[in-house]
Amino acid sequence: MNSERKMHLLDYFKEGFRPDGRKLDEFRPITIEAGTIKTAEGSAIVTIGGTRVIVGVKMQVEKPYSDRPNEGTMMVGAELYPMASPKFESGPPNAQSIEIARVIDRGLRESKAIDTKGLCLIPGEKCWSVIMDVCAMNEEGNLLDAGSIAALAALNTTIFPGFDGTIVDYKHPSDRKLELKKQPIAITVVKIANYLLVDPTNEEEQAMDARLTVTTTAEGTICSLQKGGEASLLPEEIQAMLELAKTKAKEIRGSLSGKGL
Amino acid sequence: MGEQLLANKAIAVPGEEIARGMDFVPAAGTYRDKESILAARLGLVSTDNRLIKLIPLSGRYLPKRGDMIIGQVIDVQLSGWRIELNSAYTALLSMKEGTSEYIEKGADLRKYFDLGDWIGTKIINVTTQRLVDVSMRGPGLHKLSGGRIIKVNPSKVPRIIGKQGSMIGMIKNATNTKVVVGQNGVIWVSGKPGDEIRVLDVIRKIERESHKSGLTDVIKTYLGAPDAVGDGNYEQMDDQNEDTGEHHE
Repeated sequence: MNSERKMHLLDYFKEGFRPDGRKLDEFRPITIEAGTIKTAEGSAIVTIGGTRVIVGVKMQVEKPYSDRPNEGTMMVGAELYPMASPKFESGPPNAQSIEIARVIDRGLRESKAIDTKGLCLIPGEKCWSVIMDVCAMNEEGNLLDAGSIAALAALNTTIFPGFDGTIVDYKHPSDRKLELKKQPIAITVVKIANYLLVDPTNEEEQAMDARLTVTTTAEGTICSLQKGGEASLLPEEIQAMLELAKTKAKEIRGSLSGKGL
Repeated sequence: MGEQLLANKAIAVPGEEIARGMDFVPAAGTYRDKESILAARLGLVSTDNRLIKLIPLSGRYLPKRGDMIIGQVIDVQLSGWRIELNSAYTALLSMKEGTSEYIEKGADLRKYFDLGDWIGTKIINVTTQRLVDVSMRGPGLHKLSGGRIIKVNPSKVPRIIGKQGSMIGMIKNATNTKVVVGQNGVIWVSGKPGDEIRVLDVIRKIERESHKSGLTDVIKTYLGAPDAVGDGNYEQMDDQNEDTGEHHE
């Protein structure tokens, strides 16, 4: 970003707010619409301000990995389609979409949100595979947090399809819900000069020096970290970012409980 | 004698017949098919005697010759600058039109306009292929240093400017900021951060309530402004508009 533009952004931060009038540690309004895709086992659309992400969960029966014969599998993919933003191109996944998928995957995997042992059908033979597809519908900053909340909301609505031992019947879902053991949410804290802020817009993402994505469970346990940006972070800054991410995650959980989280 | 089928300020959808008869003349957003005047886009019917046009309800900006716009430098080339217009098309600002200074062969053009800079500029030509040329020659055309950008729907621009610039003049006075409105829906605001946020807030309110009449008075109360009359200190880009959301060709 043009240094003149960045200086002006810092003038705002000095006064304690941002170009859209928010405080530094304030999120844009978040909405969740759960169960929007009828043909998926679970789904949700999450909007944070103008950012809009849809997540679909599909389940299929597969062979477990040979080193984990008693466990089912999970997989997260992210797609940044050109319809979401003029800066996205169609084609193979790029660094940003891979990062989004991997950070969401890491949060769910390391928190052990999905009970993979419970997904096993016949050890070494058959298990359920949970496949999440995160798709950006509109990008106005902070796709990762939106994707993480959407993935969690979609998993919370997921119902197993019917299965008779050989064929999966997607038309007739079973009455078994995919129970989540943990509820991980990723919060990205952005550092611009000496200011820490959450939920960056496009403009703020361009001006960003460094960022830290922190995934926490409802209990406050940190289950994933992802650092980005070129600038370095001091230990005290990391501490402040962790605290900020934890409080924000708690706030979001509070305001969205019963609406999909 | 023709017959007008859709009343003034009615909503027309593309292909809808607005009027019938050869004595009507199609203007922006409408076209003639034999006897009929049809709508080319979604918009409000606006008649001026026999002239029928549509005020679009939404849509991206279409470059038009003579428009004062605000663009952003997205590329510095050998012989000029590529300008983003908040439109489907980009414009070229040639070296000749960019500055009246003598430029040495092989000089670094970033000295004049750098990547990411916002400029207040004027469209001097639009070809049938929609190749757009802009110029910095003319009163009030310059680089917009500092400040911030607010983007709005281009169809709301006339309401933001107001009759004879009354709305924008009032906003500037009440918030103590410098404001430049481009016809392409890009607005540049410069002032103290708190004041700029007030401008943002007011512009969003105008966007939401642009269909209401007496909007200037509503905004006047909202701002707590003393005077709603245009003060003549508004800059450049607003002299060709009326409160009715029209602009002269």
